[in-house]
Parts: sequence; structure tokens; C-alpha cells
Amino acid sequence: MSIELELRNGGPRLDFSTSLPVGKITALLGPSGSGKTSILRAIAGLLRLDHERVRIGAETWSDSRQGLHLPARLRQVGFVSQHYALFPHLTVRENVETALLAVPPGDRGERARACLALAQIERLDDRYPREISGGQRQRVALARAIAREPRVLLLDEPFSSVDRTTRGQLYVELLRLHERIAATIVVVTHDLDEAAQLASHLCLLHDGRLLQAGQAREELARPRSEEAARLLDMANVFDGHIELATGRRSVLRWGPHVLRAKHPAAGAVRWGIAPGNVLLVRPDKPWSEQLENPVPGIVMELILLGADALVWLAPEGLPDARVQMRLPLRALARHPLAPGQAVTVCLRGADLMIFADRDSSQGT
Amino acid sequence: MDWQAITLSLELAVVTLAVLLPLAIAAGYLLAVTSWRAKPWFEGLLALPLVLPPTVIGFYLLVAMGGQSWLGQWYERLAGHTLAFSFAGLVVASVIFNIPFAVQPIQRAFETIAPDIREAAQCCGLTFRQAFLRIELPLAWPGILSASVMTFAHTLGEFGVVLMVGGNIPGETKTVAIAIYDRAQAFDLAAAGSMSLLLLAISLVTIAVSYGYAERLMRRRRPA
Repeated sequence: MSIELELRNGGPRLDFSTSLPVGKITALLGPSGSGKTSILRAIAGLLRLDHERVRIGAETWSDSRQGLHLPARLRQVGFVSQHYALFPHLTVRENVETALLAVPPGDRGERARACLALAQIERLDDRYPREISGGQRQRVALARAIAREPRVLLLDEPFSSVDRTTRGQLYVELLRLHERIAATIVVVTHDLDEAAQLASHLCLLHDGRLLQAGQAREELARPRSEEAARLLDMANVFDGHIELATGRRSVLRWGPHVLRAKHPAAGAVRWGIAPGNVLLVRPDKPWSEQLENPVPGIVMELILLGADALVWLAPEGLPDARVQMRLPLRALARHPLAPGQAVTVCLRGADLMIFADRDSSQGT
Repeated sequence: MDWQAITLSLELAVVTLAVLLPLAIAAGYLLAVTSWRAKPWFEGLLALPLVLPPTVIGFYLLVAMGGQSWLGQWYERLAGHTLAFSFAGLVVASVIFNIPFAVQPIQRAFETIAPDIREAAQCCGLTFRQAFLRIELPLAWPGILSASVMTFAHTLGEFGVVLMVGGNIPGETKTVAIAIYDRAQAFDLAAAGSMSLLLLAISLVTIAVSYGYAERLMRRRRPA
């Protein structure tokens, strides 16, 4: 079973069509203005679009062709907005009970307490929203959202207003909660790390369009277009030229370098490689012809960033190009690098991403 | 001290409030949550009593309530007396003259409710009625309170429109403001002074108490 979405709109522009797996956490990832929140609000029934079709299993929530638009209150959704939208005049328990008005009054208190316990805030039930911290407010919003036992839980950048430490705790709690309630969760984020840590499925958006969708780990590691590569913070995108060799082989010509690569059509392309896939060839290890796609270069800059080091190389014969390499600090401790040092890196053919949408205006 | 005039003024203020408040809540809510082309004109029309001299409003009301108008004739057939120079006429005039004092604070109060609060109510499964009664009305309560106090205090002190529409009939249309004017004209400064002081005290206490209550309410609801 899946959630089928077809959402199109003229202004603000939206052209989104995909299916989301039921029972999983999906991240809608993209920069500001990419349409993430509009998609979430359309699923919730809070936004009407020129063309919309939202189906969950056999149930249709909206279909503009049939003139069907189920109001938000009749959709089995839980919604946590960016600023939580807690009712300020009600206590924490009353906030949760407000989502339980369909339940007989005698059962509301118990159900509310169970939701608060799931969100680990049962001790705060008599407090008002202004009396609790940002992280606690987020938990209250979550408890209120799950109170109706939603089929889809929609979270709109729910961690953006809390500090990093609290955010880490909330990630764990959300994953724990997901295991217990087994609802489909759609979370909007512009944070790559957040998407990687929380989601098993990912939709990458830009300017109202879906760029790619699939397993989160796979999609984050392998952008399918230059646009996606830039959104996924992949610094290494270059111009190249594919030449078809004998048989089914092809090579990528990049300045003076000839790299083995897989691509079906010859011609000018843009290509990229993730900084983590740029492999440093150990200087003490004599490299033979088995070494795939060696590229010699000079270290231009080195910056330590947490547990990693970012190294920029100028490849031989391409003085204006900069290849970014990400190395764990322990690797740097074993093989120290310094600006000006000559090194060789290996760009494995399987790690090269050849993008179909070459934009010749981009630099080398 | 003209207790009859004071009682009549309090009666007029209470009746005006009872009639106007439900209408003002409906109008304030609609103006806050809707947007349409003629809305600024409608808002301007409701705000006219703020800028027009009371005598101008009083004159138009007098004409509208008089025996020559269809409203005046209809009322006269129904009640057996004219609407002008009657307590009912005073109520109509007072309701119209107080519209901006009642509608505007309520409209602003509904406007300050964040859209995501309304959306959260929908996602909680609340019907329009449930959302209005449980969420929106309590959140707009400081504005409704302010509107009520302004309407009440303004009705107690209104002079121009009351004089034009109601004249000076003891027990029927002679309010405390008219009585003060009447006593001052007759050089009975002691009576005028005591009634003015009473009016001032009632107005000050009402406004101060309501402001204090509204502030406490707002402080309780303000996010940390």
C-alpha cells in the first residue's frame, strides 16, 4: 500500500507526482521555496491546488477531476507545524484532549495521558504552552498530532526551533515513536543530515519540482542531475566529454585525464563525484595498472571540520578546477597532508556520476 | 443627582451592548478572516461614526426614524409611536454610533490569531463551530472585552446623537449626559458636578479593571 500524490499548481508553482511508502518515514528535502510545505498542506487538506489527487490505499482524500476535496478535519492526519501551533489558552493536557473530541468524554483523559506518555511529557499535563521549553512544546504538538491515531503524520520542519542537543534527543524519540505507532510519517526538512538520520525514503525538491525520489541513503549519495548534486551539497561537478570505446565501454575525457566511466551516449556532459568517494592513494604503496582512474594533483587547501578534514586539490593539467576530498581525521594522522604537496587520488568509475543535463555555462 | 437619568443611561448601555456585541463578533470575525474587493469600503462605512460629527449622524438617524421615512412609518404602525424621541430609538442610534468601538477591537483580536492555530484546530478534527467556540472565541476574548468596555463607557457618555435622536424626555430619553448639560444650563453646578464625577468614576473604574484583566489574560497566553 502507498500514498499516491499528484499535485500541480500554477502559483505558487508546484509539479509533484510520486508515491510514498506507507508505514515509513519519508523526508521532503529541498531549499526554501521548493514547495515542501505546500505538499504537506495539500496532503493535510489545508491547501487547495489547481490539480490535486491524494490517495491513501483505496481511500481518496482529494481528486480535483472529480471535484473531491475532503476537509482537513475529516482526513486522518496529524500535523505538526514549524512553530507547533499549540493552543495558548489551554493546558498541555487540554491541547491533546482537543484532538479527542470525537472520543466519549469519559475516555478522553486516559487517551490524552497515553499520548503524553508516548511523547514522554506526562508530567507537564497541567502546564500552559508558555511555561514549557521549545523541545517540550514540540513533544506536546507531537502528542496532540498522534492523539487521533493518524494514518499519516505530517511534520513541517519540526526541529528547526530547538537547539542541536534537544534536536538529537527528539530524533531518537521520533524514531522510537514511529516504531510504536507504525504510522506513515512525512517530514519536511532542508537539512541533509536530518533527512539522512530520520528518513528511509526521500523526495528531493527544487522550485516546486520533484528532482528524484527513492531510498534515502541511495538518493542522498547519488544525485541524478547536476541540480540535485548542488542541492545535496556535492562540490565536485565538472565539464567532461564522453567517448565511446570498443564494446560497451566508454571513457570520460576530463582535461588531460581519461577516466573509465559508464555512460551510453557520447558527447559533452557534466559529471560529479562525492567528496567522500575521492580516494587518496597512499604514497607508500606503489600503484600499479590495477588502480582505477588515478588523477595526480596538488593540495591547495586543507580545513579540519569536526571528525573530518576537507582537502581541495588542483588536478594536474586543470589549474582552475578544484576537487574536494573528505578524509577522516585518523587517515590524515596516518598520512599527513599539507598545502603544496603532490598527491594522487583515485576516482573509481562506479562512483562517477554522469549527469544528462549539462549546463555549459558552469565552470570547469 | 438625577438618579432617573443615571439609571436610564446604565439601562441604555446594557441594552446597546446586548444588541451590538453578537453582531460585532460576527462582523469582526468575518472581516478578520475574509478578503474581498469591497471590504475597505465596508470597513470605512463601519468606521464613519469615528470621524463624522455626532450631530451629522444624529441628523441622518432622525430623518431615518421620522414619520416621513418607511422605517419610521413601519415602526409607528407597529408600536403606536414614533421611533425618534423614544428609548427604542435611542438604542438604535446608540448601536449604530458604537459600531466602530465594538467591531474594530474584535476584528483586530481575531486577526491576531495565527493561521496555523486555525489549521491546527482543523487537523484536530474540530468542526467550524467547535473551533470557533473552543479556540477562536477564547483567544479573541481580550478584544471582545475591550470592545464591550468601550461600547459601555461610550454609551454612558454619549451626548450629541442622543440629543438629536432622543431629545430630553425624562425617564424616556434623558440620559445622564443630557442631564448634566441640563443642570449646567440651569446653573445647578453642584448637581452637574456630582453627576460628572460619578460618570468619570464609573468610566475610569470600568476601563481600568478591564485593561488590567485583559493584560493578565494576554500575559498568560504569551509564548515564553
